Amino acid sequence: MIYVLSVISFAGLTVALAAMLMVAERLLINYGICKLDINAGEKPLELEGGQTLLASLYANEIFIPSACGGQGTCGHCKITVMSGGGPVLPTETPLLTRKEIRSKIRLACQVKIREDIYVRIPTDLLNVRMFTSKVESSVELTYDMKEICLRLEDPAEISQRPGQYVQVQAPSPEGPVFRAYSISSPVYEQNIVQLVVRLIPGGIGSTYLHNVQPGDTVNFTGPYGEFWLNEDPSVEIVCVGGGCGMAPMRDIILSLYDKWPERVCWLFFGCRTTRDVFYLEQFEELAKKHPNLHVMYALSDELAEGEKWDGETGFIHLSADKHLEPGVKRQAFLCGPPLMIEAVTRVLLEKGIASEDIFYDEF
Amino acid sequence: MSETSAFVIFFAAIFINNILLTNFLGLCSFIACSGQIRTSIGLGTAVTFVMITTTAINYAVYYGILISAEEAAELGRAAPLISADLTHLQFIVFIAVIAAFVQLVEMFVERFSPRLYFALGIFLPLITVNCAILGASLFMIIRKYSFIQSVGFGFGAGLGWAVAIVLLAGLRQKMRYSNIPEPFQGVPIAMVVTGVLAMAFMGFAGMVSIQ
Repeated sequence: MIYVLSVISFAGLTVALAAMLMVAERLLINYGICKLDINAGEKPLELEGGQTLLASLYANEIFIPSACGGQGTCGHCKITVMSGGGPVLPTETPLLTRKEIRSKIRLACQVKIREDIYVRIPTDLLNVRMFTSKVESSVELTYDMKEICLRLEDPAEISQRPGQYVQVQAPSPEGPVFRAYSISSPVYEQNIVQLVVRLIPGGIGSTYLHNVQPGDTVNFTGPYGEFWLNEDPSVEIVCVGGGCGMAPMRDIILSLYDKWPERVCWLFFGCRTTRDVFYLEQFEELAKKHPNLHVMYALSDELAEGEKWDGETGFIHLSADKHLEPGVKRQAFLCGPPLMIEAVTRVLLEKGIASEDIFYDEF
Repeated sequence: MSETSAFVIFFAAIFINNILLTNFLGLCSFIACSGQIRTSIGLGTAVTFVMITTTAINYAVYYGILISAEEAAELGRAAPLISADLTHLQFIVFIAVIAAFVQLVEMFVERFSPRLYFALGIFLPLITVNCAILGASLFMIIRKYSFIQSVGFGFGAGLGWAVAIVLLAGLRQKMRYSNIPEPFQGVPIAMVVTGVLAMAFMGFAGMVSIQ
């Protein structure tokens, strides 16, 4: 008798507690329909509250860049939340500067939609689309670099600015992740996107892209990026790249000479050894057609025995320092490892290029 | 039933019979969450709140359901819902009540103070297994408190726990700049400091007896 009573009373109590929790959940966690206002009425959305801003924007086909899959570690999904985002959370503070916090920048993956919310998203990002494409070719450029050519299927065309990048969706054990790759095909080739991918041992994105076969489907979002090419043909363009930082440079140079065949452009490309050199013949060919294109490849390591090299040697910022005369109006695009960018920026500033005319992407 | 007023029990539970420093209950989150004063204040508040409310609910559950009819009559209380003696269920029932209530608090905190929610992190659900909270409910039964005394004791014990963790957090913040021998860095020195704190609190011992 006592056992039955014990079981019944404990079960009854548990049911009562569970019922109380369910009622509370219904009342507390339900945020109802919230209004999401983007850029003051440009794109008003109504959606169910309770999800993160990033997930809600993705569901509505607004692709904010994000590399970590909403875990709050990459800091790419910064957008301006004007109102309704709640206080800045401790999970965001390590990735935001004080200036960003003051100008109301938040991580979209950490902000939960609990009330009507008003955000500002650059129009550039509103134009970002999700693309499906088929791999057309995969060519080995060097021992660890591959050029992947993707033919767009849906949508069939991409309109990009030179130097922009896409985020390729790669499978991983914890669901799909996005990895950023610069576009190396020029803007006038609107039906394809070419990528230059260096294989990083253990890297999710590069391993995936190095193993795709022609005919495979690859999804990506894009285009992203802050590079703006100066439209004034008298301004010289300086491109400095290292490693896989070649991709955006190729895009910029090919697009540039398609539009302004006479424009002056300097390409500095830093490699370690002759094994790392690629695209050199292509650029030399182009330089024959356009005498104002100056191509400089530099090797930083000593030559191995029996190797021949008639180009530059030493670090790339030294060749930039040697060849660029000061006082010319220029715009510069840098892509490569952080140390290279730091050294080259110092040289370019000395040459009189304003810091707002120097665009860079660290790899 | 003890005759001490709820007010005296409240103060005694903070200083004289501090649940942490004299009974050493709830040490786990005490050591783990005492790195920063802000976090410790948040956790202390949460523990205090949960302790007051769970002692009240557990009081009602114990004397309304679990106690046997004879014992209730002996104590001069109203007859319970079930006349059989179910007091052997008190541990599991108290834990269930505490767990459900912590869930509720978690929902409230997430809704109304996301900052506190993220600051407490994993330790909010861990209040469920904070033995100080179960301890308060059990002491209230053992010491045969009345309802008012129980709530006063719950409030005092919670506040005492909060005082202790804030004290330790303050000390640990200071200790960050002191030259501590390597084997003592981190938790060991925190344990030693807790011991010294407990000895300091023993100075109050015996002023009022609420046992």
